Amino acid sequence: MKELEYPFDAEDIQKRKKKIKKQLLEERGDDLIEKKIAILGGQTTRDIMLAMELFLLNYGIKPLFYESEYNQFYEDGMFPNEELQSFGPDLIYVCTCIRDITDFPLVSDSKDVVDGKRQTVIDKFTGLWDALANRYHCPIVQNNFEYPFFRLMGNKDASDYHGRVNFVTSLNMAFYDYAQTHENFYICDVNYISASYGLDKWADPYYWHMYKYSVAVPAIPYLSFNIANIIKSVYGKNKKAFNLDLDNTLWGGIVGDDGADNIEIGQETSLAQTYSEFQEYIRLHKQLGVILTVNSKNDEANAVSGFERPDSVLKKDDFVSFKANWDPKSMNLVKTASELTLLPESFVFVDDNPAERAIIEAQVKGVAVPSIGSVENYIRAIDKSGFFEVTTISSDDLKRNEMYQENAKRQALQASFADYEDYLKSLEMKAEIQGFAPVYMSRIAQLTNKSNQFNLTTKRYSQAEIEAVATDPDRITLYGKLQDRFGDNGVVSILIGRIDGPDRDELHMELWLMSCRVLKRNMEFAMMDELVRRAREKGIRRILGYYYPTAKNAMVKDFYALQGFDKISEDGDGNTVWEFVVDDHYENKQHVIDVNNTEA
Amino acid sequence: MTRDEVYERLNKVFRDVLDDEDIELHDETVADDVEGWDSFEHINIIVGVEEEFGFKIPMGKVVTMKNVGEMVDIIMELGK
Repeated sequence: MKELEYPFDAEDIQKRKKKIKKQLLEERGDDLIEKKIAILGGQTTRDIMLAMELFLLNYGIKPLFYESEYNQFYEDGMFPNEELQSFGPDLIYVCTCIRDITDFPLVSDSKDVVDGKRQTVIDKFTGLWDALANRYHCPIVQNNFEYPFFRLMGNKDASDYHGRVNFVTSLNMAFYDYAQTHENFYICDVNYISASYGLDKWADPYYWHMYKYSVAVPAIPYLSFNIANIIKSVYGKNKKAFNLDLDNTLWGGIVGDDGADNIEIGQETSLAQTYSEFQEYIRLHKQLGVILTVNSKNDEANAVSGFERPDSVLKKDDFVSFKANWDPKSMNLVKTASELTLLPESFVFVDDNPAERAIIEAQVKGVAVPSIGSVENYIRAIDKSGFFEVTTISSDDLKRNEMYQENAKRQALQASFADYEDYLKSLEMKAEIQGFAPVYMSRIAQLTNKSNQFNLTTKRYSQAEIEAVATDPDRITLYGKLQDRFGDNGVVSILIGRIDGPDRDELHMELWLMSCRVLKRNMEFAMMDELVRRAREKGIRRILGYYYPTAKNAMVKDFYALQGFDKISEDGDGNTVWEFVVDDHYENKQHVIDVNNTEA
Repeated sequence: MTRDEVYERLNKVFRDVLDDEDIELHDETVADDVEGWDSFEHINIIVGVEEEFGFKIPMGKVVTMKNVGEMVDIIMELGK
């Protein structure tokens, strides 16, 4: 919903939040995942929570909230708490603020005394986080501290250990140390967003003394948006790709009319410098695994010539898809998505032309279409939208662009084979298919939250849940990692089965998913072979498969039939149950992937 | 700005914040008379009023308001 995208009208959101919520629920319907979010506050949190609800709904997440009593964040989190325990949070947000620091350094304090005061605060918070992690096994989001709104010593407040600015800075650094050494722990950078909003307005003491809000009420949507971005990232709802216009977006001018020599890019003029900075900003995203694609109304040769200039920051090779033609951009975008086996909603469409943006918005549901304004505002408009909010960087993210380049090479190779099986053999694929291993837990959890298309049950797991499942004797778990002569695809398939039944000989498949990037490589059959082998070892006689249809997983509707299961039931909503009888005559289904061969 | 004009704009703020199109405010109206006007929504009402009229109401005045009539008095005084 446009009202909830950056740059939003914070006052309007605050004022009309009840209406906006109704509208969101109508628009979204059932296309929402429920998450239980506990807010532990060191200040009033009501409006922070309500605005958060709007932004989360807009991201497809329906939050159920637990809200601590005013300023009970420590007591509620630190000590056994039946209400919170029975609530069973999926995520805990600790909404504290500078007002929760009660013992600031005095100018007369010695260095030791100040160090002691700092350690007391750090111990209190790390103790709380450890207790929360041990008791609730879920992600924790923690505010850092905003700067104080006054500086007793003026500028020296920052550099001298007696100063509050200095104290807050060192506390924040200690928070970051914890964040860097603990998984599932994320900092909500209040310090940055308050600066970006304007500290004087953000920290207006009026709202503290009147209502016990440390953040000014008009600024609350900015805080809530920031937290919602972290949460949607944790649940795999980040965008994955840029779909970029060229003329007046990546460079100034029209390359087809002006010629590559005359477009604004490089360091010669201030306008050219601004476009170069924007190209650099886009290019930096490759480090995060964000895919770059082009969508331009141009003759291809002209479009390419813009990137052939030596002073162009981006080069044609930076893009995994390059569509420069005269087709409608909506068509190009949908095609690009399908070629990369991504969903259109994973794209951020960047175009200076509001008319093109409006068409994409109307034609392709779910694509992010930021209003980028004029070139000097492009970076800010995109950056503050939080499309690619990073919570974990997996090694897969880092290599994603490479992987798509490798895919292009595979496609070229495929074209040279008449027989598909010969092609698959030529890939020299090797798979590692094993029970969940500690090194892959974060990738496994990430996959369960990101996979939508090749996903039979679309069940989402937190990392803590994955870790619990991994050690459960009543579960059979498998991850599949696939590599070939062009590169390593990493972990691409996940299975979880639960052993049940009166004779403990039934295996119920709670999860079966695969990354679309390895479609048609017979990896799904390799997984089946290994599943059956392990099931037999455990005395399983029947494997029960479940397919729950969503808006996105139609491609696996008949997946179990393909694997040799028989359909045993179907309800009115299209949910199907499938049965596979395990016997001694099972023959492996695939012969092109070398599985679990440790010698090679 | 007449008293009626203030009421018209004030009704709009209350209706938006409390999502209730039937709200009609009077001089004697107090929080207990209006469904949903609790201490949390009071914050949004005050912020909404400040935004609607384009000025901030000093803390000293917010805490002493007894009913809507006094709120209107303060708005008219600040809006002069």
